[in-house]
Formats: sequence, structure tokens, C-alpha cells
Amino acid sequence: MAKKNTVPSTLLNGLITENPTFTLMLGMCPTLGVTTAAMNGIGMGLATTFVLVCSNLFISLLRNIIPDKVRIPSYIIVIASFVTMVDLFMQAFLPDLRSALGSYIPLIVVNCIIFARAESFAAKNPPLLSLADGLGMGIGFTISITLLAAIRELFGTGTIFGAQVMPESYQPMGIMTQVPGGFITLGLMMILANAARKSIQKRRAARKEAAA
Amino acid sequence: MLKNLAITSSPHVRSSATTRRIMQDVCIALAPAGIASIVFFGGSAAMIIAISVITCVLTEFLYQKLMGSKITVSDWSAVVTGLLLAYNIPASAPLWIPVVGGVFAILIVKQLFGGIGSNFMNPALAARVMLFVSWSGIMTAYPNTRFMVDEGMDAISGATPLAGLAKAFAGTGAETASIGNLLLGNVPGVLGETCKIALLLGGAYLIVRQVIDWRIPACMIGTVAVLYLIFGGFNFELTVKELLSGGLILGAFFMATDYATSPQTPLGRIIFAVGCGLILFVIRFGEKTYPEGCSFAILFMNVCTPLIDRWTAPKYFGEVKKHG
Repeated sequence: MAKKNTVPSTLLNGLITENPTFTLMLGMCPTLGVTTAAMNGIGMGLATTFVLVCSNLFISLLRNIIPDKVRIPSYIIVIASFVTMVDLFMQAFLPDLRSALGSYIPLIVVNCIIFARAESFAAKNPPLLSLADGLGMGIGFTISITLLAAIRELFGTGTIFGAQVMPESYQPMGIMTQVPGGFITLGLMMILANAARKSIQKRRAARKEAAA
Repeated sequence: MLKNLAITSSPHVRSSATTRRIMQDVCIALAPAGIASIVFFGGSAAMIIAISVITCVLTEFLYQKLMGSKITVSDWSAVVTGLLLAYNIPASAPLWIPVVGGVFAILIVKQLFGGIGSNFMNPALAARVMLFVSWSGIMTAYPNTRFMVDEGMDAISGATPLAGLAKAFAGTGAETASIGNLLLGNVPGVLGETCKIALLLGGAYLIVRQVIDWRIPACMIGTVAVLYLIFGGFNFELTVKELLSGGLILGAFFMATDYATSPQTPLGRIIFAVGCGLILFVIRFGEKTYPEGCSFAILFMNVCTPLIDRWTAPKYFGEVKKHG
């Protein structure tokens, strides 16, 4: 990237330009696995965001100390420490959510968003920027999967965040809370995201032309 | 003189088989089963068929209009999808079922993957499975035919011939529909898979017109027959009943033979059809939660079709097998 990274641009990058779910297509396993209810989406997203922010910060701080050859094991140790913290915290204070998310919480250790950001961003950038990157990516991920989960919950059970939205006569579309529904909804959302991105780029190019 | 010599590149001999002609043939072949379903289930069957066809055609038209692509509604393929979808819905289903199914079949399974010829699954079958998984209560509430009510049975029994047969094979119940009733279609079931005579008539028409390859239905039904004979203790009567129950005949003649989702080569088609029969048997015979496996079997083999095509691709004349 020719432009110099600033904190706001880094934040925005994770939210929109390089949205982990719709642009980078990272972390597909939790994206498809836990998004059967909006609450799970938010819980998963926030847990991942916490780990992402902390691991980005610490890996960036340690980036000049970690020898290149053992960087992957070192990243895993940093990431796993924060995942353990989140896991224990959720078991203590949010046991229901923790049991709903099941093994997906310990599996944050191998979530490829976190690895990708550690390897491609935090290892090369100063701490403050890395923190902003983690926050942007984490919130981008949280918003995407919560939206996906809300749509699936709406059609699959007729509720959003557990509150009845559809009329009583609505017959829940069972496939939406099952695996195929996750794939179909994600695909359709990706179509919309790509179409939106294309139209924005077109408009921006037209504006540039008009200015020139 | 020279202007009479038209110079074109090959092929020089053109067949009259256009997509439109083929699809119209399929519609003609499906007509008897549709008429039979209206006779057996009454006006609600006609409504479901009409709504399903209209939804499919309209969805295709609107999508292509919105996308600004060529409108191919006149090739009749959406009509065939609509008919096949309707034949997979029980007559008691509410009318939004064919609407949801039709939009899913055309929009998601067919058009989003590139339209006719590019879909990787049979659209009508994929929609049937989607409806079945989502609203299994509605999709398996099979009403009795109009001629069965007279015999003093419940209006909605829910017990399909297949459920009875599964019990008969297991030796825990002997009450099965007679072969005559199965052939006529005087049994509970979805619209199109009840009247076997009408379906066989339509299938024969398609084979005579060379619209479909006889290998696919023959191998699929043959595989199921052989497996039932072997594992059912050579009980011929029950095996014949099993062949005439559920969606096997409809699936073998009209769904498994879909051009876009079945292999191109003769050997590939045999592998495909045997695979369909095998999976159908495994689900019907082994799996207790699903009494019918026809749609799952065909969809699974649909997905395998590109692989089968690659294995069975004919070798070029003179091609030498590469070593090492």
C-alpha cells in the first residue's frame, strides 16, 4: 500500500475495505459454525476481537525480539494465552453463552484471522497501529457474523436475539439454522457485499474523472 | 452459381433437437402424471402445479430482466422445473410452499450458478430437499387419494406405501398397498410420484423420442431391484412393490436424466445411475429416519457428475497412456 497507515485508516480497513468475512474470507469455520443465533454471533465476535486486539498488541511489542525461525510457535503461545483468558472468563461469568459456543471458543487459537493479522500486520507495524488493526478487524468480523446470525435466526426460528419478530403464523424455515442455510446465506450476503463494493468503486472513479 | 455455395464451418448436419423442443417433449411426457394427480387429489393438486410453474417462469423472467441478460423463458426449461417441483409436493401443502420452492429452485440453484446448463444440481430436486428439510411436517403429510376416503380410512393417514413396506421387510407388519393400487396411483404420496402407469408412459415416450438415455432409468431401477432381491431374501412381490413406491420411477426417468447434471458418456451414465440406485437403497433400507432417499441419492450423484465425466472421458484416437 502506497498510502501511509494511520490509526483511522487502519481501523476502517478492517471494518470495510478488508473485511475479514466478506473480503479476506478468513475465519470461515466459526462464521458458519456458530451463526445460528444472533447472540452467538455477538459473543463469538467479541471474544475473537479481544484475542485479536491483545495478540496484535503483544506480537507487535515483541516483534523485534521474536526470532524469525520460531515466530509461529511464539505467536501461538501469545494467542493461546489470551484465548485461555477469554475461555475462563466466559466459563465464570457467561456460562450459557460459553456452552452454546462450545469448542469454538478454544478453537479461536487456530482462527486464521488472528494468525493472518499477526503475520501480515502486527509483525511489521508499531504497537498502536497493530492495536487499531486488531480492533478494526475484530469489529468488522463481529458485525459481519452477527448480521449473518441475525438473518439465519430470523428465518430459521422467527426471532432476533431471542425476541419474536415474525408473526405467530410464521413456519420457521428449518434449513436456515442448519449447515446448508449457513452456506447459502453467506453466499447471498457475499453477492450483496461485492455488488455494493463495485458500485462504490464505480462512483468513486466517476467522481475522480469529474474532478479531473 | 457461387452464391449458392454457402461456406460454413462444421458441423454441417444439424439436428432438429433444440432446447425448446426437448423441454416441450418433457412437458408432454409429464402431462399424464399431472392429469392423474388432479384426478386423485382434486383441485388442490391443480393449484399447486399451476402456482409452481408460474413461480418458476416468473422468477426466471424477473431475474433475467433485472440482470439485463438474455431472457430464456421461452425455452420451456423453467416450466419443466416448475412441473417437477409441483410433482414433489403433497396435495395438502399450503400454497406458499410451491412459491418458496420455485423461487429457490430457479433463483438460487439455477440462475445464480449461470442459468440453464450451468446448474450443478437438479433445481427441482434441490428445492424439494430444501422444503423437506425445512418443513418436513408439511412435506410428509400425505393425504389419501379421493378414492381411498370411500373405504373408510382417515383423511390424512401419513403412512406411505414405503413406510408399510419397510415394516414388511423387517417382518413386523404385513399391510402393504396392492401392486394394482401402486400402479394406478391410488396410494398416499406427493402429487407426481403416485400414478406409476402415467410416469412409465411418459418415460417410454421420452426414450422413444430419444430425449433421455434409457441407460439411466434402466440401471438405476435395476440396481435397486437387485439390491432388494439380495437383501430382502428374494421376495419378488415386495421388491416389485418397493420399485413402484415413492419417488424412484419419477426420479429415474425425469430427474436423474437431466442433461446439465448427469454425465455425458454412456459408461459415465451407467456409473451415475448405479450410484443413484445404491444410495437410494442404502437410505431406504438402512436409514430409519428417512423412508425415502431418491432425491438425496440423485443430488449426491449430481455433485459427482464432473468427476465421473473426467474418469470416463473418451481417449483421443492414437493417444498413448503416459507412464510415470
